[in-house]
Amino acid sequence: MSAFLNIVSKDLRLALRQRSDLTMAVLFFILTAMLFPFGLGPEPNLLARIAPGIIWVTALLSVLLSLERIFLADYEDGSLEQLVLSRASLEIAILAKVLAHWLTTGLPLILAAPLIALLFNMDTEAMTILLFAMLLGTPSLSLIGAIAATLTLGARRGGVLIPLLVLPLYIPTLIFGVGAIDAAMNSLEAGAVIANARPHLLLLGAILLVSLLITPLAGAAALKQALE
Amino acid sequence: MGLNFHLAESSALILEGPNGSGKSSLIRILSGLLRPRLGSLIWQGQDATKEPEIFQEHIHYIGHRNAIKPVLTVQENLTYWSGRDKDDTHLDMALDQFNMLPLKNTPANLLSSGQSRRLALSRLLASKRKLWLLDEPSVGLDVASIKLLEQAIAEHRSTGGSVIFATHSPIEVEAPTKLNLRDYSPLYNRALINLDDEEESWV
Repeated sequence: MSAFLNIVSKDLRLALRQRSDLTMAVLFFILTAMLFPFGLGPEPNLLARIAPGIIWVTALLSVLLSLERIFLADYEDGSLEQLVLSRASLEIAILAKVLAHWLTTGLPLILAAPLIALLFNMDTEAMTILLFAMLLGTPSLSLIGAIAATLTLGARRGGVLIPLLVLPLYIPTLIFGVGAIDAAMNSLEAGAVIANARPHLLLLGAILLVSLLITPLAGAAALKQALE
Repeated sequence: MGLNFHLAESSALILEGPNGSGKSSLIRILSGLLRPRLGSLIWQGQDATKEPEIFQEHIHYIGHRNAIKPVLTVQENLTYWSGRDKDDTHLDMALDQFNMLPLKNTPANLLSSGQSRRLALSRLLASKRKLWLLDEPSVGLDVASIKLLEQAIAEHRSTGGSVIFATHSPIEVEAPTKLNLRDYSPLYNRALINLDDEEESWV
């Protein structure tokens, strides 16, 4: 446990000292999402209808931008070798690094999401569901992305490979993330919002649990391979 | 004629050989980062090739790369690898051994390559392990710093520790065993062209 906290606090400290890493993903998220109203025209109903999809897709792309940094710097400066040799279990170390990545990427996206939702004329109930869906969905994005980040270590131009590996795996999160908000927006009675969105949120939770299980195992195997 | 060696307590083994003869690879195999195709590594009677974990908690590996984060200070870099449970005086002693104490609060991106190397080496002292595996530890070090490294090795051996290192520049240690990998490398010894087994053991 102390090793876990040690890694999380170090990565957070590194992110805070190199603030460009911290702000890049969230700025990209806000700026890209802001482009759509300009491109599609100021039609409130249309914007409200496509908002869930746009928010999720731009969130996916923002996470994608930041995946490479989870392991690449550590790989290049030799920290990863030391991490493998340290007493901490590699699986725990990977979870710690993913948590730090989520805290510096996923969490800022969630905090910025209401702003985008407002821009797209989303109502408050849908916005609440959006936040719940992102809270369940963005950790999976970090977890799944971490596998690709470990697999591409040592590959030439690995950063280009990551999107190819990761985007197909992000589709389920995207579908249920958008589905939850759509279900909330389409519910006719006020009380049915949660009930309608529930199955989608549960599925997002299931994806999170599965990736929580797979990422440490797959990531540890890939890291050992990358260092050979 | 495979590679086979024992390392006793408090001893020093120097790996020699021309570039590409496998010094770094052998050290990486010993550390468990590389898996040997053949052969085995025996640590205190247990086969560490199958369970590297039991062995890895006794070793300290310093490779070519220093594992230093440029935005952290010297002290923060050291604290991270030695664990936060270590008290400050202990870390100060480790830094002092390599004459890094005056630079304690300096961000690591301001260090010269020799100073970075000394910071990496001070990790050896910040958390004690029995066997040091050093891959060209003296790269970038000036004469005075090599002396500090020699002192650290001597002290480590006096408390029952051992060290294996690869080097091209002379590092003076007392009664070293030398192993020249040139004799075992197919690249330099045509008689060995079909040989690919490596075996190491520890008594």
